[in-house]
Amino acid sequence: MRYGSLLDAIGDTPLVGLPGSSSKPGVRIWAKLEGNNPTGSTKDRIAKQMVEAAEADGSLTHDKIILEPTSGNTGISLAMVSRIKGYRLTVVLPENASEERTQLLELFGAEIIYSPAEKGTNGSIEVANKMAAAEDTYFMPFQYGNQNNPLAHYEGTGAEIVKDLPEVTHFVAGLGTGGTLMGCSKRLREHNADVKIIAAEPELGELVYGLRSLEEGFIPPIFDPEILDRKFLVGSSDALRATRELTEMEGVFAGISSGAVVHAARRIAAELDTGDIVCLLADGGWKYLSTRAWAPEIAEAEKGVSESLWW
Amino acid sequence: MAIKVKVPTIMRKHAGGNASVDAAAATLSALLDDLEANYPGITKNIRSEDGGLHRFINIYVNDEDVRYLGSLDAEIKEGDVISILPAVAGGC
Repeated sequence: MRYGSLLDAIGDTPLVGLPGSSSKPGVRIWAKLEGNNPTGSTKDRIAKQMVEAAEADGSLTHDKIILEPTSGNTGISLAMVSRIKGYRLTVVLPENASEERTQLLELFGAEIIYSPAEKGTNGSIEVANKMAAAEDTYFMPFQYGNQNNPLAHYEGTGAEIVKDLPEVTHFVAGLGTGGTLMGCSKRLREHNADVKIIAAEPELGELVYGLRSLEEGFIPPIFDPEILDRKFLVGSSDALRATRELTEMEGVFAGISSGAVVHAARRIAAELDTGDIVCLLADGGWKYLSTRAWAPEIAEAEKGVSESLWW
Repeated sequence: MAIKVKVPTIMRKHAGGNASVDAAAATLSALLDDLEANYPGITKNIRSEDGGLHRFINIYVNDEDVRYLGSLDAEIKEGDVISILPAVAGGC
């Protein structure tokens, strides 16, 4: 395949069967490898869509600085897009994000502002909102509230799944901004109204929940919980085990949220006699090597992952 | 029926500082009543004004969100583990 620009090479990711992951012949589990995108995650899709939409409607011009709260992937994707299009970028990142994320952001030329680890992603959103309110030089795409986020998945990810696997019965994805679930569910259900949409939600560390009063609760504005059929909470330990099994059994090297998605998919598979379950694997394992997630001793891996921002 | 309920940090003051407590009930609604009877104040913020679940609270039965299992009418049985967590943003 030939592309005029790296931006055109975003998307059209492989959908691969995971024969070792289902114990029933009638139930097939598939993985959409979003790690195959240019910066290694599905966020390349939304970064391109959000930036190009803002260029088209005039809200983003070259005198502005792009600002975004992110746990890493969206920031890295925006950094790549900004590099190609010539924009300055500042990201707000929780301080316990893995070192690979910081390195990638820096090598793409992004400025990083750290938010407190114990406040998690909510904390990075808070800091970014304050910065954007104080200065008009910032343009904040705000992935949690920007309709171009689910639109990228509706036009890209979801459409690709329908083309590659029209017989899809279940779609499982991680819940972060909700963009993947919203965009893909809309596209998949246009094709087949009976497709079931399942979310895997991370169970984060105690500290992140600890400071939370109800008033500080956060539901991404783009996310409508009503579109889901099921939602599973997955802890770091279960996500980690499933991520390691993906490599051991299927040869797939994916990030830890991907393990969480496959863990949830297996719970669904256990209830079915027939089905084609698509798992959205949001990124590759590269950015998680420093967490020791694939260490030979599981205890070392668990410790490394539980202390990091694995989602 | 012994049902384990994991209590979020912000509510532990009502549960004598415990991270988890036991309860007995056949539905989520009855479980919340049982909790409130034993630990007054603990369910104050769980139910919304219209009697449903507060939108910023997630409740899971065996790690599955009760909103999709019947919500307050969700059935609970012995050995189930209930987790109550505030809604927080996932990373992206």
